Amino acid sequence: MPLVLTEEQSMLRDSARGLISDKAPVSHLRGLRDSKDATGFSRDLWKAFAEMGFSGLLVPENFGGSGLGCVEAGVVMEEIGRTLMPSPFLSTAVLAVSALSRGGSEAQKSAHLPGIADGSLLAALAIDEGAKHRPLQTKLQAVRSGNGFKLNGAKALVVDGHTADLLIVAGRTGGAAGERSGLTLFLVDLKANGVAIERTVMVDAHNAARIEFANVEVDADHVLGEVDQGAALLDGVLNIGRGAVASEMVGLSEEVFSRTVSYLKERKQFGKLIGEFQALQHRAAQLYIDIEITRAAVLKALQTLDGDFDRASAAVAVAKARAGTTATLAVQEGVQMHGGMGMTDQFDIGFFMKRARVCQELFGDSNYHADQLARMKSY
Amino acid sequence: MSDLETFRRETRAWLEANCPPEMRRPMTSENDTYWGGRNAKFSSEPQRVWFERMRDKGWTVPDWPKEYGGGGLDRAEHKVLREEMAAMGARSPLSSFGIWMLGPALLKYGNEAQKKEHLPKIAAGLIRWCQGYSEPNAGSDLASLQTRAESDGDDYIITGQKIWTSYANYADWIFCLVRTDPTAKKHDGISFILFDMASKGVSTKPILLISGYSPFCETFFDNVRVPKSHVVGTVNRGWDVAKYLLQHERAMISGMGERGVGRPLGQVAADSVGTDEQGRLEDAMLRSQISTFEIDEAALGAAAERAVDLAKAGQSHPAFSSAMKYYGTELNKRRHEILMSAGGIDALEWESERSRGGARPRAWLRTKANSIEGGTSEVMLGIVAKRILDLPGA
Ligand SMILES: Cc1cc2nc3c(=O)[nH]c(=O)nc-3n(C[C@H](O)[C@H](O)[C@H](O)COP(=O)(O)OP(=O)(O)OC[C@H]3O[C@@H](n4cnc5c(N)ncnc54)[C@H](O)[C@@H]3O)c2cc1C
Repeated sequence: MPLVLTEEQSMLRDSARGLISDKAPVSHLRGLRDSKDATGFSRDLWKAFAEMGFSGLLVPENFGGSGLGCVEAGVVMEEIGRTLMPSPFLSTAVLAVSALSRGGSEAQKSAHLPGIADGSLLAALAIDEGAKHRPLQTKLQAVRSGNGFKLNGAKALVVDGHTADLLIVAGRTGGAAGERSGLTLFLVDLKANGVAIERTVMVDAHNAARIEFANVEVDADHVLGEVDQGAALLDGVLNIGRGAVASEMVGLSEEVFSRTVSYLKERKQFGKLIGEFQALQHRAAQLYIDIEITRAAVLKALQTLDGDFDRASAAVAVAKARAGTTATLAVQEGVQMHGGMGMTDQFDIGFFMKRARVCQELFGDSNYHADQLARMKSY
Repeated sequence: MSDLETFRRETRAWLEANCPPEMRRPMTSENDTYWGGRNAKFSSEPQRVWFERMRDKGWTVPDWPKEYGGGGLDRAEHKVLREEMAAMGARSPLSSFGIWMLGPALLKYGNEAQKKEHLPKIAAGLIRWCQGYSEPNAGSDLASLQTRAESDGDDYIITGQKIWTSYANYADWIFCLVRTDPTAKKHDGISFILFDMASKGVSTKPILLISGYSPFCETFFDNVRVPKSHVVGTVNRGWDVAKYLLQHERAMISGMGERGVGRPLGQVAADSVGTDEQGRLEDAMLRSQISTFEIDEAALGAAAERAVDLAKAGQSHPAFSSAMKYYGTELNKRRHEILMSAGGIDALEWESERSRGGARPRAWLRTKANSIEGGTSEVMLGIVAKRILDLPGA
């Protein structure tokens, strides 16, 4: 598989870019932030997304989607990264769809996937509980009760949690925090008794929520995949999510970088364009090289997810770690090279810096993935 | 089964049957590979066998046309061959500036007579080449070179000095940049010319390096007579050939880290610093350096693969090899810093038998040249800034 986009993938990119840059430039996010919008994204835009087939990109064709792969999801995520458009694409179209189509029963799939594909159903993945991403540290208790389970515990950083209709929740049916066995995934209706949602206003003005579960009852047929064996399913879903977030970071990095290079070509000091200073030229060149190399690593990970899913973990760790460090550098250099302008809220650069920080944290930061890689290679 | 899969299967089988086990071990020094040339000697019998078998298949230069001694493989087949060789750790059968640098330039700029004359000899390892580019006052600013070639009938008379000429003392022929028009602007009066190092008036003097080796020389030309027919490309337009060749040199240097790959860094480090009950390196900071390094290395591997695919799709930027050269060489230096750090006190031995003659520290020191040879890192960044990012200024 050549490490370049196919013609169809490039066409998908162009149509996503057209829609997103037209309807949701950075000012769109700014507007939602400034008006403290209760939904945090535009439902109309999500409808337009669905009409173009983006919400059902990963949904299999027999459930109303287009049955495409991770590379295609990455292509859309990258465009989202360019304008920071807030949307349920990651939570619903990528994470929930992957969880349902990889772990769901026929009944679960037909209950939820068509709604996601047509844009009417929103879903969110509730995994992390502590300050850092540690999926195996899940403590949320799921004890057997009647024909199902009773959930008790709390989740943090549930992306799009407060607008979702359906939650996919990781809980412990066995084992202790830190162990792989004993994890189970549940489908939980947001309106179920005992679910308390608090929207968390985040630095990047994107949607997230804290969710508490107090004696929430779920039926046995709401178990996604097998009881106690959720870790493998979760790994797979998270790897897809990591690939997607890494793509968003590539888009974000590239956008900040290109804005920065343009600035170097227009801002004058000491009677020269600042882009003539070699100290800045070299830093810009290094960043360019970093971004290109990261782009290749991310595409490699997405292609591996599509081609050899079970062996994609290492490639995904590489991609997410690289994307995190590259995006961090890109936004830092972006602000620095814009000088005082970079620190103003009026200028968009700061939005990228904030989003990069959140993306770095989502599903494991660069340190987390470096540690994972070392474990995979046994040292 | 597709043709390519058949090719892969046959290639793997052939390599399995023909690559001696000794040639599947990681190289420990530049002498672990055959460099060819008039006076070449094989360092071992397996090295000879491996070289000859590969040569007979045209696989010292797998992607060159068959008529010039190559294997005639297309890009996809060439990639398969490289992958299969890498998978079994097979060494390159022949290392040669002729293959890496001169060959591609001749294929593009040489006339038919020059191709017929030189390419098959490069492929068969008969002639060892050296590169006469740098001069004492023309390093990064290569185009300011002063070595003169004065017209004398059908010949040029060449006079001047080169420096840093790698293996000039072992080389049979040189590809050389000379000034054929001293009145023209600096890039416009240079020609690219080939001649025999045994010509009257050529002399070399080795330079001792920090690694304790003397891989390169000062090279002197005192009225060396060279036929004009040895100019490659157009007279005074040698800069085009020189730049094209440099792209290949840079691509080669950026991949240099891979050729020496030995045991995984994590294992090397585990041997000397030890691991805890969970199998993690005792030295947590070193562990983190290694995994961060391996992340970057894997990413660079993907980028190298993508560069080839982009070129094939006609989407690559000609200056991209400078980007890869910069990153590949900085990364290779990092690898060797880590190896030194992982080795600790043991890695400091210089001459003992245990240390195979100080192989590790010498290799570490050698890598410091990676970001200098073929154009320094600073020069690479300058090229990226100006040619790819289009930043302003001289
Ligand atoms: C191991 C090795 C093998 C080599 N083999 C060969 C060979 O076979 N044939 C051959 O012809 N040459 C060879 N070279 C020479 C090599 O190409 C030159 O050393 C190299 O181009 C740098 O030139 P220089 O040494 O004159 O350094 P200089 O050009 O003097 O550079 C000194 C420093 O100044 C910096 N600098 C220079 N110009 C700029 C600028 N515009 N902006 C910012 N920084 C700048 C450089 O980056 C460097 O850090 C070899 C070198 C090495 C180390």
